[in-house]
Amino acid sequence: MKVDFQKLESIAAQIRRDIINMTAAAGSGHPGGSLSAAEILTVLYFHKMNIDPNNPKWEDRDKFVLSKGHAAPVLYSALARRGYYSPEELLKLRKIDSMLQGHPDMKGTPGVEMSTGSLGQGFSTSIGMAIASKLDQRRNRIYVLLGDGEINEGIVWEAAMSAAHYRLDNLTAILDYNGLQIDGPNKEVMGIEPLREKWESFGWHVLEIDGHSFKEIISALDEAEETKNKPTIIIAKTVKGKGVSFMENEVGWHGTAPNTEQREIALKELGGEE
Amino acid sequence: MADKKATREAYGEALVELGRKNKNVVVLDADLSKSTKTSLFAKEYPERFFQMGIAEQNLMGTAAGLAASGKIPFASTFAMFATGRAFEIIRNSICYPKLNVKICATHAGITVGEDGASHQALEDIACMRAIPNMVVINPADAVSAKAAINMAAEYKGPVYVRLGRAKVPVIYDENNFKFELGKGIQIKDGNDVTIIATGVMVSSALEAREKLLAEGITARIIDMHTIKPIDKDIIIKAAKETKRIVTAEEHNIIGGLGSAVAEVLSENCPVPLKRIGVKDSFGESGKPDQLLKKYGLTAADIVSAVKELL
Repeated sequence: MKVDFQKLESIAAQIRRDIINMTAAAGSGHPGGSLSAAEILTVLYFHKMNIDPNNPKWEDRDKFVLSKGHAAPVLYSALARRGYYSPEELLKLRKIDSMLQGHPDMKGTPGVEMSTGSLGQGFSTSIGMAIASKLDQRRNRIYVLLGDGEINEGIVWEAAMSAAHYRLDNLTAILDYNGLQIDGPNKEVMGIEPLREKWESFGWHVLEIDGHSFKEIISALDEAEETKNKPTIIIAKTVKGKGVSFMENEVGWHGTAPNTEQREIALKELGGEE
Repeated sequence: MADKKATREAYGEALVELGRKNKNVVVLDADLSKSTKTSLFAKEYPERFFQMGIAEQNLMGTAAGLAASGKIPFASTFAMFATGRAFEIIRNSICYPKLNVKICATHAGITVGEDGASHQALEDIACMRAIPNMVVINPADAVSAKAAINMAAEYKGPVYVRLGRAKVPVIYDENNFKFELGKGIQIKDGNDVTIIATGVMVSSALEAREKLLAEGITARIIDMHTIKPIDKDIIIKAAKETKRIVTAEEHNIIGGLGSAVAEVLSENCPVPLKRIGVKDSFGESGKPDQLLKKYGLTAADIVSAVKELL
C-alpha cells in the first residue's frame, strides 16, 4: 500500500497543535507524553487500523487502548481528526460536563475502547480483548500503548506473562520510550533496562524503532501482524515533548500545561494557530 | 436438620449450567479452580475457561477486557485476593466503566478455618460496597447461591458475590425459591426484635430464634442477601414494628452489613442496634466452628445481643 507520508506529517503536526491548544485551554494535562506519541497515533488511526468512525462498535474493528491514559490529549485529537466527533470538543478537555475527561472514559467518548488512567490496567484489559477476539475467531487486532514509567507497575508483567502464555499474536504493544517519568529519567527513578531482554524473556517478539519515523512505525506494525504465536512489542524510542523546542526531553513537561505565551511559541513551531 | 452444602459448590454447579445456556459466559481463575469450583466449568468448557495464574490484578483486568468485548466473565479466586489485591482494578477498570464482570469470590470470612488470618477476608463487603456501580450479594445457602449466580448472569453490570468454603445448612427449597435483587427475605416474623443476617449467619439467626422462642421472645428473621443495593424498606418496617435490630455477618462489624443497616436506621428510623460480627480484629487458624465461637459469631452470641436490647 502506497503511503502518503506528507499527509501523515501534516496530521501529526495537527495533532501536536491540538495537544498544545487543548492543554492550554484546560490549564492542566499532560503535553510531554502526548507529544511523544503523535506519530504513533497518526499511523494507527490514519494508516494501519481497520476502523469505522461511523460505526464505533463494529464488532470486527481493530482496537486501540491508551494504557498510558494521561496522554489522553493525543488520543482525543486523533479520534476527533479521524471523525469520531467534532474537533470543537477538543477545547473542552477536562472541563466539567465535558465529553473529554482528564483520563479516557469509554462510556462518555466515542472511539475510546477502555477507561484508563491508572497505569498498567489498560494493558491488562487488552489481554482480555485479545483473548475474546481469538475465542470469537475474529481477524481484528488489538493495539496498546504503554509508557516507560508505566512498566514499573507489577500488573504490566502479569499481563505480559499472560499474553505470551495465551499466544496472543493478535496483540501489538507499543512502548512510548521517551526515557522520562515524573520524578526524573527512568534510570534515576526505577531502572527498567534491559528492555529488549526483559520482554523477550517474557515470551514477546521485540522490535526497536525510532518512534518518530512513520516508515519505521509502519514497518514494525506490519511485522507484528505477520508474527505468529507470540505477541509483539514495539519499543519506540521517542522524545518527550517532541515538536516543541522548550518541552523536548524536559522532565517538567510531563503534567504541566503551557501558559498563553508558551502556547503561542509552541504553535508557531508547529506550523500555525490551529 | 436439613442438608449441608457449601455455597461454593452451588456456584461451581451453577456455572456449568450457565455455560451450557449462554455461550458468552466465560470463566477466569487464579490457580484456585479446585477450591473455587470453577474447575467444573473448566472441565466442560475448556475453551471458555481462562487460567490466569496467581495474578489477581491481571485476572480482573483481563475480565474487564473480555466484558468490553461482549463476554460475560465470571472471575474467581479467594475473597481476600479478589477484593484486596485487585481492589483498584475492580474499581477503575470494572466499576468506573460499568463493565459486565461477575466477581464470584469464595473462602470469604473466618470459616476459611485453618489457613488463618491472611486468608480470612473480613473487610471485603466493606470494600466492595463503597464502590459505585457495584452490586454486593452474600447468599446464605446453596439454593440462594445458585439463584444469585443466575441472577448475576442476567444483571447488566458489575456484581460481587461472596461465597464460603464451609458446608452450611440448606435453608431454602430449590423448587420454591425466588431471588430478588435488593430485596431482603423475611424468613420468620416476630414482634420483639429483628435479626438481620447475611451469609452463614442466617442459619445462626434461625437457631437464635428458636432459643429466644423458648424464652417467650419472638424474633423476626431477615436474610439480607443483597447488601448493596440494600432493602431500606424492610429495615425501616422492622425498626418501626419491632423497635430493636441485631445484625449478624461473618465480617468485621466495621463497614459491612451492620454498618449498612446502621446507615439506614440513623437516617430514617433510629432504633437501638447491636452488630454481631468480628470485632475489628484479624482471625486465626482453627476449625470453622471453633473460630465462630471464639470470635463471637454463634447463635448464642446473637441471643446475648438481643437480650442486651430488651
